Amino acid sequence: MRKSNDSGSTDNAEQKIPFLNDPKMRSIIYQIFTIGMVGLLGYYLFTNTVENLNRQSIATGFDFFDKEASFEIGESLIPYSAADTYGKALFVGILNTIKVAFIGIVITVILGTFLGIARLSTNWLVSKLAAVYIEVMQDIPILLQLFFWYSFFYDVLPSPREALEPMKGVFISNRGFVFAVPEGHPAYKYMAAAFIAGCIAAYFLRRWAKKRQEKTGQTFPVFFCSIAIILGLPLVTWLFSGAPHKMNVPELSGFNFQGGINMSPEFGALLLGLVLYTAAFVAEIVRAGIQAIIRGQTEAAMSIGLRPGQILNLVILPQALRVIIPPLTSQMLNLTKNSSLAVAIGFPDFVSVASTTINQTGQAIEGVTLIMVVYLCFSLLTSFFMNWYNKKMALVER
Amino acid sequence: MKLFKLCLVTAIVFAMSGVAFAGQTLDSVKAKGFVQVGVNGDLFGFGKPDEKGVWRGLDVDTARAIAAAVFGDANKIKYVPLTAVQRFTALQAGEIDVLCRNATQTLGRDTELGLDFVQPIYYDGQGFLVPKKLKIKRARELDGATVCVLPGTTTELNVADYFRTNKMKMKPVVIEQNAELNKAFFAGRCDCMTSDASQLAGVRAVAPKPDDYMILPDIISKEPLAPAVRHGDNQWKDIVNYSVLAMIEAEELGITSTNVDEMLKSTNPSIMRFLGVTPGNGKALGLNEKWAYNIIKQVGNYAEIFERNVGINTPLKLERGLNALWKDGGIMYSPPFK
Repeated sequence: MRKSNDSGSTDNAEQKIPFLNDPKMRSIIYQIFTIGMVGLLGYYLFTNTVENLNRQSIATGFDFFDKEASFEIGESLIPYSAADTYGKALFVGILNTIKVAFIGIVITVILGTFLGIARLSTNWLVSKLAAVYIEVMQDIPILLQLFFWYSFFYDVLPSPREALEPMKGVFISNRGFVFAVPEGHPAYKYMAAAFIAGCIAAYFLRRWAKKRQEKTGQTFPVFFCSIAIILGLPLVTWLFSGAPHKMNVPELSGFNFQGGINMSPEFGALLLGLVLYTAAFVAEIVRAGIQAIIRGQTEAAMSIGLRPGQILNLVILPQALRVIIPPLTSQMLNLTKNSSLAVAIGFPDFVSVASTTINQTGQAIEGVTLIMVVYLCFSLLTSFFMNWYNKKMALVER
Repeated sequence: MKLFKLCLVTAIVFAMSGVAFAGQTLDSVKAKGFVQVGVNGDLFGFGKPDEKGVWRGLDVDTARAIAAAVFGDANKIKYVPLTAVQRFTALQAGEIDVLCRNATQTLGRDTELGLDFVQPIYYDGQGFLVPKKLKIKRARELDGATVCVLPGTTTELNVADYFRTNKMKMKPVVIEQNAELNKAFFAGRCDCMTSDASQLAGVRAVAPKPDDYMILPDIISKEPLAPAVRHGDNQWKDIVNYSVLAMIEAEELGITSTNVDEMLKSTNPSIMRFLGVTPGNGKALGLNEKWAYNIIKQVGNYAEIFERNVGINTPLKLERGLNALWKDGGIMYSPPFK
């Protein structure tokens, strides 16, 4: 309400701004408008699709999950047969993708870190070799590399009947690498428990050592003690439970090896291709991270008498990790997403199983949506974990 | 208020375009000036460009027959090479007008996939291709074998069914591209390859040493390979269907690409109706009365395209078998053209 007898200045200040000229109101209106448009567009796409699918009498919905898949899958982490449902087939695919992505990421980070450090080595040859590797691997498209490694596996390696046996119980042929594994025995369960117990003990040891060092300044050889505990406990368990050593040795019967563990050429080629390609990028990230720490830091650390290993562990890496982790996350995501190229070389990853499902059921929209949702989940989980790790690693300014 | 009106107008526009769906296929094909055909692209004898880049094959000739019927010119075609996985989606989405890509007609595809299959151009069955050095004589001996197979095909299901029925074990290697799959098989990645027998003959023909491989005598499935169109456009389906049937009927009537001009003078009423000398068939299909004449003149009858692409004198060396005319002991049979 405006009072007519107020003085001019307050009158101006209190004057009601016209509704549409109020920046606050405007921004709210724009936002509502944008949301409305996006909603309308989504609604339009959805109804239009459903309409067209109905018109062409194409089946819709996710009912096919419970139908019998009736196709076989080459390799699976869980028991699967053609009599199982599409739902289970897709789950087998997800597990296969996780398998290759997880193993791939672990090896890539280790290899990439080594290469990145080698690239910075003062040794001319080591540094140049790493540089050549990085440049070559980065510049060749990943799909070509996969084709190369796959044909390497099946062209160069002999047939199962003429398999190479570099050491007892290991066979290499164009059907993959077959290893002997220890035959099932309850002792291995106890060993696994001992291993976990060892890890927990090592964690507490590290905490105790850190506290002691902060209090008294005395250091404790945590690294070697931890390794001794983690490896020693299972070893002792093994000895006490009678040291079982019977092996499940693969044998050639019929067309292929039976028994042992088989790593297929498809999995091998995919893993190798993804790791070698992504490691080149990780190496560059690691190098960039280390070089981001100014030389003065190293000199300062040297001047207070730290050894090179300590300089790397205590001064350089904690600071470099801040720079390394965010781009490293995106390389991990790249590796996971590139694993979908598996379909080109016949590894039954999620995309491969999903596209067979799409083709058998004809429900492309549901299938593609599923593929997108699954990869989105993989990516979000990875970034969530890495963001947590990044926060933990961030410098706490004192 | 203005905003509200804008929203309303936009919503109406959206709703309208939602209803507006691709019109009659024949009209859109005529407007484009060519038929857009989904083909294999990598299957010798069915759909693959030769060394000069000219498309050849049974599927390709079927497509040419359709173009000849619609435009009077068998070359008004745009070929879209598709993988087994892409093919039906491409047709559903309207990216192609007709699919001539060695696709098996099944109940599921005819209904749930929203497709319509027409007269099969090749009656096939699934078999196994094995290297001779494995010394396998029958499919029953394949227990425990690693099997190379294309994804998204009926073969993937048939082979799983066959092994399950016979209580045998198998390990599939599923690779999307024909060329990559063949390479892996020739290198010995798999013990056998399974697909339609005609396709296996094609694979064998491109092997480094074709004589090192043999097709097992066991046929484990029925595979009627037929062109497909979208469900719901009956006129277009009729055109595609009768373009294929015209080639079969021509063989029965004894009309070939070389004698078709003489046949125009024939007094046989069936031939006169077939070639449009007595009009009627063209109008019924919504085509030029010369449509069947154009097919035979430019593409040939069924015997001609069979022998040219997959017959006994080609590297595929396939016998007519089931694909002979009904009067020669096969099952190729066309309804009367009247």
